[in-house]
Amino acid sequence: MNLRESRRQTFYMYMFISPWIIGFLVFALYPILSSLYFSFTDYDIIHPPRFIGLANYTEMFHNDLFWKSVTVTLRYTFISVPVQLLLALGFALLLHQTIPLRGFFRTAMYFPSMVSGVAMSLLWYWIFNPQIGLFNYILSWFGIQGPAWLMNPDTALYALIIMTFWTAGSGMILFLAGLQSVPASLIEAANLDGAGRFRIFLNITLPMISPVLLFQLIMGLIDSFQVFTQAFVMTQGGPNYSTWFYVYNLYTSAFKEYRAGYSSALAWVLLVVVMLFTAIIMKLSKRYVHYEGGGHK
Amino acid sequence: MSILKATGSRPSLSRPRPKVEPVKVFSFITLVVTTFLMLLPLFFMVSTSLKSKREMLKFPPTFLPESWQWSNYKDIFDTLQFGTMYMNSLIIAGLSVFGTLLSSALVAYGFARYRGKGNQFWFILLLSTMMLPYPAIMIPQFVLFSKMNWIDTFLPLIVPAFFGSAYNIFLLRQFFTTLPDELFDAGRIDGCGELRMWRTIALPLSGPALATVAIFAFIYSWNDLLTPVLYLSSSEKFTLPVGMASLTSSRFRIPPWHLLMVASVLAMVPIVTLFAVAQKQFVEGIVLTGIK
Repeated sequence: MNLRESRRQTFYMYMFISPWIIGFLVFALYPILSSLYFSFTDYDIIHPPRFIGLANYTEMFHNDLFWKSVTVTLRYTFISVPVQLLLALGFALLLHQTIPLRGFFRTAMYFPSMVSGVAMSLLWYWIFNPQIGLFNYILSWFGIQGPAWLMNPDTALYALIIMTFWTAGSGMILFLAGLQSVPASLIEAANLDGAGRFRIFLNITLPMISPVLLFQLIMGLIDSFQVFTQAFVMTQGGPNYSTWFYVYNLYTSAFKEYRAGYSSALAWVLLVVVMLFTAIIMKLSKRYVHYEGGGHK
Repeated sequence: MSILKATGSRPSLSRPRPKVEPVKVFSFITLVVTTFLMLLPLFFMVSTSLKSKREMLKFPPTFLPESWQWSNYKDIFDTLQFGTMYMNSLIIAGLSVFGTLLSSALVAYGFARYRGKGNQFWFILLLSTMMLPYPAIMIPQFVLFSKMNWIDTFLPLIVPAFFGSAYNIFLLRQFFTTLPDELFDAGRIDGCGELRMWRTIALPLSGPALATVAIFAFIYSWNDLLTPVLYLSSSEKFTLPVGMASLTSSRFRIPPWHLLMVASVLAMVPIVTLFAVAQKQFVEGIVLTGIK
């Protein structure tokens, strides 16, 4: 590439990507840096911020509600994300076979994912109702007396975890797309070599779809750390703070208690934790994730 | 050819006829059971939305309404300015989709087709913003938008979409890199400008990828609760999720489940419609762009 050509390429590249660069500076970089500054201040959004050093951070580590929100969020994430991934992969493997009614099953599995957000929270709010809800009614078919789900501090978080499994269909679609890209010739060759079903899955299919798995694991973690809607609509963080999610805590501190400085400190801790988790997973996955052609994307 | 099928069709010596494979029978039964469980809540969502106020409180819940209250679907529009909220959500989601498509397609094209200086740097920066949790930036954004007097307007919910979103840029960029260079060389020889090549060559070839982005952007905006909760304060500006969330608030001792289910069913309509229209393109888009 000669100099003129290279200049031309650079010019047009920046012309096309400039909307994002502007957006990045205004809606991401500037807010992140201000958030860092606010986190060292006492700030109620109305009056100008007042510098107080590390006070917000020291308070955070001595605050019971902060630790409660960390435990709740981690417990929720570490159960719901892996189980949901396994379910999605399981469904995808089942539906990758030629099987009667395959199209119907695929659509039916995906359908619940179209009811996300508030509508889903409302529906499951009713399902978990101990008096009239569907969940305990189904349990009663098997002679089980269900708990008061969302009203019981011991079960509320698990109810919200159960709810996430209902949308495994969206992950399934991504896995199905991944499975389609596994070359049939590889599997046939392994089959001829006498490899069993399980070995083929472990040695061929799984490595081939590992990038999809990694992508979903990271996105799943990041989403899960940010759970808000369920807490806002269904439980208001209760009962007895059993669903006091991190972002719900952050929202309450900023917009109910008007402690935007403290809340910014919470935001920065979240940011750092997300980056750490992503970095660790990426590092660990280097050995296990297979990209075609050995390159990286 | 599927994995399990391929491995399942090992030559069998005992029987020459095509046999019923046990793995498939097991799969089929598993699928029937799970599909039943997956669809049951949806079924009750629709069925409860057609029950009377008295029937919705019955236990055990009735599978089908005893008397079909189609009027519920009219009543919801008399409660809580449901029609207004629906329109607000449609306007916001519609404009967000337009903004996301326009900006993300431009930016993705820039990343995919030009090997300019700094391409890698900006692209990695773009990817790393996918990790950026919205709550980490929401307070300064709130301060910024309130300084601009945008509180209680739709602008904070729409304008950022016009600056591209990382996930969608990434997805479209993956797609644009698969378009053959020859097409663009030919266009250049014909004296086609860069922006015109984007519009007349790249975009028309990207139907499935653009449809996928449109669906993602629509769902994101349609379901979002946190941003409208922060920015919209007067009830006639509420979006559907904000309005629906207020239906469970404390002013109802017993939540009006039948109306909540009507609202949930109606909230699903645009998304289901979108999928029905664009399903083929959507699935193709996911396969082509290879989200991996």
